[in-house]
Amino acid sequence: MRLIVNGKTHEVDVEDEMPLLWVLRDMLGVTGPKYGCGIASCGACTVHVGGEPVRSCSLPVGDVKADVTTIEGLGTPTALHVVQRAWVEHQVAQCGYCQSGQIMSAAALLSANGNPSDDDIDEAMSGNLCRCGTYPRIRAAIKTAARELKGRPT
Amino acid sequence: MSRLGTIARRTFLIGAAAIAGGVAFGVYAYKREPINPLLKDLGDGQAALTPYVRIDQSGVTIITPRADLGQGVASVLAALVAEELDIAWNDIRIDFGPPSGAYYNGIAAAEGLPVPATDTSFKARSTRVVGDAVSKFLGLQITGGSSSVADAYEKMRIAGAAAREVLLQAAAIRTGIPKHQLKTRDGNVITSRGEMLSYASLAAEAAKIEPPQKVRLKPESEWRYLGKPMQRIDIVAKSTGTATFGIDIRMPGMVYATVRANPGIGGGIKGYDASAAEKARGVIAVVPITGGVGVIADNTWRAFKAAELIKCDWGPAPYPPSSAAMFETVAASFTGERQDSRFKDEGDIETALQGGGVIEAEYKVPYLAHAPLEPMNAVVQLKDGRLDIWTATQMPLFLVAAAAEVSGLATEKVHLHSLMSGGSFGRRLEDDYVRQAVELAKAHPGSPIKMTWSREEDMTHDFPRPLGMARMRGAVRDGKVEAYDLKVACPSVTASQIGRLHMPTFGPDIAIVAGAWDQPFRIPHYRVTGYRVPELVPVSSWRSVGASANGFLHNGFLDELVHAAGADPLQELIRLCWHEPSRRVLATVGEMSKWGSATGKDRGRGIAFTLSFGVPVAEVVEVSNTPRGIRIDKVFVAADVGKVLDPVNFENQVQGAVIWGLGHAVNCELTFKDGAAEQTNFDVYQGLRLNQAPAIEVRAVDNGSAIRGIGEPPVPPAAPALANAIFAATGKRIRELPLNKHIDFV
Repeated sequence: MRLIVNGKTHEVDVEDEMPLLWVLRDMLGVTGPKYGCGIASCGACTVHVGGEPVRSCSLPVGDVKADVTTIEGLGTPTALHVVQRAWVEHQVAQCGYCQSGQIMSAAALLSANGNPSDDDIDEAMSGNLCRCGTYPRIRAAIKTAARELKGRPT
Repeated sequence: MSRLGTIARRTFLIGAAAIAGGVAFGVYAYKREPINPLLKDLGDGQAALTPYVRIDQSGVTIITPRADLGQGVASVLAALVAEELDIAWNDIRIDFGPPSGAYYNGIAAAEGLPVPATDTSFKARSTRVVGDAVSKFLGLQITGGSSSVADAYEKMRIAGAAAREVLLQAAAIRTGIPKHQLKTRDGNVITSRGEMLSYASLAAEAAKIEPPQKVRLKPESEWRYLGKPMQRIDIVAKSTGTATFGIDIRMPGMVYATVRANPGIGGGIKGYDASAAEKARGVIAVVPITGGVGVIADNTWRAFKAAELIKCDWGPAPYPPSSAAMFETVAASFTGERQDSRFKDEGDIETALQGGGVIEAEYKVPYLAHAPLEPMNAVVQLKDGRLDIWTATQMPLFLVAAAAEVSGLATEKVHLHSLMSGGSFGRRLEDDYVRQAVELAKAHPGSPIKMTWSREEDMTHDFPRPLGMARMRGAVRDGKVEAYDLKVACPSVTASQIGRLHMPTFGPDIAIVAGAWDQPFRIPHYRVTGYRVPELVPVSSWRSVGASANGFLHNGFLDELVHAAGADPLQELIRLCWHEPSRRVLATVGEMSKWGSATGKDRGRGIAFTLSFGVPVAEVVEVSNTPRGIRIDKVFVAADVGKVLDPVNFENQVQGAVIWGLGHAVNCELTFKDGAAEQTNFDVYQGLRLNQAPAIEVRAVDNGSAIRGIGEPPVPPAAPALANAIFAATGKRIRELPLNKHIDFV
């Protein structure tokens, strides 16, 4: 089947029910999205499909009908996305394992809602578990990114 | 005293080894500098000026020989070297280095000694020196006990300074300019003529020069990196999905694997039927392993799927099958026969508790899984008589020994490539996952094999924090706490862990009473007794170890006594505390939280204090009692680590440790049925989510005391401060964790 990931087209020969996460990680070598739980409970595997945040560990690849964007497609170390820049500025990460998923959830939130309230942030981010407990910094980084987006000409 | 008693008093479990107290290992062994392990693998044009500094044509690499589990140790250890070596922050490159006794941890061992961190007597200091010597002698390269920074503080700065001296010397020889006319800046030697010689260009010449034995360290006032808010070295990689964890390793020809072992730990496997699994798409091999079965396939998901298809006939677990039966064993362990220690016995507790007015309580804490978000995994390759392992570990030399044992190779043939870890919290002190991966490699040599555990496998083979119970009695008089008798019963983490390393343990286990017996309070009649419960489920060190439970047990009942006395919790803790730095930490958290001011209706404030790993930490938690349940509004933390080397990371670690402590207290437990853990994933082992996480205000109190680490010490006071706040808000005293068994949370 054909899959577009970060703007690149791939042909993969896999079972329809294989979760998108494992296609990305083991077949395509896209390892930014992480395996944490396999049941859409931790959010470490979050990617965008057609711009929407999804838990790729529980999404059969056969159901993927739009372009996939992973953390690698959001920004790179030399060209950071505004959310990543805020993550660096606030030094959010500890172990960092969940942060790809956190950043993808945050980026999806901000693209839908440029001025999220605390409740909006709670709702968008409570599906992403961080065992290290970086939540105070995640909240602060989202607010910084929102401010930066607001200041930017549209 | 009987001979057994004498041995018990003089024999301590030090870090990972049982050591007879008072043993001298000889001045030679202690003073000898360890061999530099970098020298044997040097390439052309490379120089290893000390075990911590490798230089080649492309620049300087700093060896940070502790596992980075998220605590940021690589960054702060690199800063210690870079500060003295004088290299630009953005040029710092790090490597975890080879496993080596040269990287022994001289501080971790001291944590196992029955010497309170507050004891600064000659005897206490001498005992700690023995701990350091033992660690050096045994080459204990361990990450744990919040000890990395304390251990490295001098030796890695000295390593940086010594390397700088060597580079200056090399430049002096090359240019003919006397050394004292040379300076350094950002990785270059600058001559009096204004020439710049890069460290890289001096590497070959520097390699021939013996590093000096004595160096002068920079005064603190000249520090550029230490104590400053530097950008963590791994922060960009971890914000862009480009950091490489063990689970991300990819190699040509790699195959993928998983395992299923008996969830009734140690029960073994009587047999299995893999006929369906063997026919599944992508399966390369089904491999029997110790206590279970492994599947090698062409991707991880197919390995997971096939493993689920295997019908396993498990043996029964060698411990009581249910949580109820386990707690019965704990409850039956408060006996003279099972008494393990009584390190604190002040005043006359029995007399003080005669007569009326005795307050009594019983507390319970559950098993808790480490559950790092990155499940256990390793990449292994057994080829041409050589075994390579890519993984994260807190015990590299033990891991190499285990892999050698399983593979049958000499340790020299085992090459460990240490990687950063997606959390650990103590989990990667174990070697079980690597033993399994090596078994797979033996069955399938040649190709690299990436073994990944499913979350379910991870949760059911966690080596959890032990369950425990406490029985307390106490008395108050004239508005003051007068007597406190605390009895704690739990299995021995140390005996369980050391037993798996095939080493003997004897003498009391400090972990059973850590965070309780060693608290800096002066209560007229005060006794802490530990009881050793027989081993049930194998257990291990979990962030803050014994203090993780004892912080709750000790503080919880102390708060009950304070309330019974009608005293103010903060003022009474300060009054009872004799240790000046701890008093200041308490006073600071009182000031931060405006302790004593009105909280408003349906709100409450709770305080708790624990000194663990040498660090006094006081926390105040504020909660609201809402119609939907308890909401944790705010937390204030004051801690004294002596000197904060990395202020941003310090705050992040404290906040994370508080959320760790609160989250497990609110809703986490591992319960057992038929010998297996019942909680197998994060849907039922939640911790706090972002929407529940309070704002956390942090203040470092610098008392100028010895430098210490912060990864663990803020954990123990979090749960009791929350429980005490709930009592203040609702009048409900909860004596069992998790708290959500007794009250709802928002």
